[in-house]
Amino acid sequence: MSGYGNASLRILLMLALLGVWEALVRLLEIPIYYVPAPSAIFKALYTGTERLIYVDNAWVTLQETLLGFVAGTSLAFLLGTAIALSRRFEYYIAPYVVMFQALPKVALAPLVLVWFGVGLPSKVVLAALIAFFPLMVNTIVGLRSADEDRINLMRSLDASETQIFWMLRLPSALPFIMAGLEVAMIFALIGAIVAEYVGATAGLGVLINSLNFGGDVAGIFSILLILSVMGLLLNQVIVLIRRRVLFWDASQKSVTENTERGGVL
Amino acid sequence: MKASSSIAVAAGAERAAPGPAVIEVRDLRKVYGTRHGEVHALEDIDFEVAEGEFISIVGPSGCGKSTLLKILAGLLPASSGQALLRGTPIVGPRRDIGVVFQSPVLFPWRSVIDNVLLPADVQRLGRERLRETALDLLRLVGLQGFERRYPWELSGGMQQRVAIVRALIHDPAMLLMDEPFGALDAMTREQMNLELQRIWLERRKTVVFITHSIPEAVFLADRVLVMTPRPGRIAEVVSVAIPRPRSLDAMASPEFGAYAHRIRAHFSAFGGLDA
Repeated sequence: MSGYGNASLRILLMLALLGVWEALVRLLEIPIYYVPAPSAIFKALYTGTERLIYVDNAWVTLQETLLGFVAGTSLAFLLGTAIALSRRFEYYIAPYVVMFQALPKVALAPLVLVWFGVGLPSKVVLAALIAFFPLMVNTIVGLRSADEDRINLMRSLDASETQIFWMLRLPSALPFIMAGLEVAMIFALIGAIVAEYVGATAGLGVLINSLNFGGDVAGIFSILLILSVMGLLLNQVIVLIRRRVLFWDASQKSVTENTERGGVL
Repeated sequence: MKASSSIAVAAGAERAAPGPAVIEVRDLRKVYGTRHGEVHALEDIDFEVAEGEFISIVGPSGCGKSTLLKILAGLLPASSGQALLRGTPIVGPRRDIGVVFQSPVLFPWRSVIDNVLLPADVQRLGRERLRETALDLLRLVGLQGFERRYPWELSGGMQQRVAIVRALIHDPAMLLMDEPFGALDAMTREQMNLELQRIWLERRKTVVFITHSIPEAVFLADRVLVMTPRPGRIAEVVSVAIPRPRSLDAMASPEFGAYAHRIRAHFSAFGGLDA
C-alpha cells in the first residue's frame, strides 16, 4: 500500500473533502433535510450514542447478522459438501438450487416476516438466506478443485475417501471457503437491515425508518456511518481468520482486498 | 560392446545373485476405449524386477510408460494379464509401494516434516515412531534443518527430494518413480541423479524409474527396458554393467556412449524419441 502513497496525505485529503462538504452546505444553504453538513452528522452520532439508543439498536442488528451468518453458512457448508461429494445428490437437488439462487432473496422479506414474526427470528432467517449462496457455491467449487495429482498420491497411499476429504479436499477448498465467508458476512448484514425495514421493533434499520419519518437526515447519515463501520469490522474478523488459516496460500487475496484494487464487488 | 564385457563380469560379481522377483509382470495389456474406438496403450508387457534392483523404463512420449506405472501403483486396472508384487496380484493401491510423481505433489499447508509423514498419517503408522526415520532420511538427502519449512520456501529440486523421502518413509517394498526429474533444469537434474544413486546405494530399494532421458536411464539403472511407441511393447532389455558408484564423468565414457547409442538406435528406427 505505502509503495505509491503517503498515509498522512491520505488523511489530509479526507479532512479537506469533509471541509469542502461542510463549506458547500453552509454557503449554498442546502436544507438539513436534504444533505446535512458533516458537523450535523457527527453531532447526531454523538447524541445518539450518548443516549445509548444507537448502541442498543446496533447490538440488535449485530446479533441478527451474526446469528444469520452462522446459520446460513453452516447449512451452506453442509449442503455444498454433500453436492460436491455426490453427483447423484447434485443431480436431484440441482433444479431447486438453481431456481432458488436466481431468486432475489430480499423479495422474500415480507413472507419471512409473515412466517417468523416481527422479532429476532425473521431477521436471522433472512440474513441466513442471503448469506447462504455465496458460501455454498464456493464450497462446491473449492471441494472440487483438489489437484488430480494430489488425489492420485492419496489413492496410491491407500487412503480412504474420508481421509482424502479431511487431509486433501477440505484444505484445498479453504481459500474458496474463506472468500465465500467474507462475502457471506456482508450479505448477512444486508439481510438483517432489509428484514428490519420490512418490519421490526428494534435495530438500526428500524432507527433509519423512524428517523426518515421524522425528516432527520443527519441522523440517517450517522447510522449509515455506524453500519459501514460495523460492516468493516465484521469483514476484518474474517480477514484475520483467513490470514491465520491460509498462511500457506501466499497468492490468495481476500475478496474485499481485491475491490480496493478495482475488483468486481 | 566388447569394451564393457570385462567390466560386466566384475559388476556381476560385485552384485551378488539377485534376490527373488519383487515384481512380476505377465502378458500385461491395457486398452482404452474412446469415442473413436480402442486405443492400445500397452501390449504383451512381460518383465521381472529382482529384489533391490534398479530398473529404468525409457520410451517416447505416449508409449504408455505412465500407464504402466499407474497399473503397478494400483491406480489403474490392467485390461488383461497381471502384475504381481511379492507374489500377490496388484488389484488396487497397496501400502507397500512408494510413488514419486512428475511434480513433487506436496501439500502446501503441511511443513516439510508433515509432508514426509503423510503416509504415516494415512496408514496410521504412528507419527512419533516414524519421526526419527523421517529426520534420518531428510539428512540423507541434505535437507536437515528444513523440517519446519513449507514447500513454497524450497527450490524445485528440494521439493522433489522431499517427495522422495515421503515415498520412502513407510519402508515400501518398491519405489515407483514417474519422470521425477523431468521438470528440473539440466544442472539440478544431474545433481538429483547423483543424489538418487547415493540414496539407492544406501537403501537398496527396488526401484522402477520411468524417464524419457536415455542418459538418465543408463546412468541410474541395472537394466533399461526400452519401450516402443503406441502400442507400448518392450523392444529390448539392456543390462547396464557400469560399476557403481557411477560419476557424472562416466557419462562421457565410451561404454556409456555405447549403451546410449544402442538404446537410441531403437528410437531412430521409430522416428525419434519425441515422435
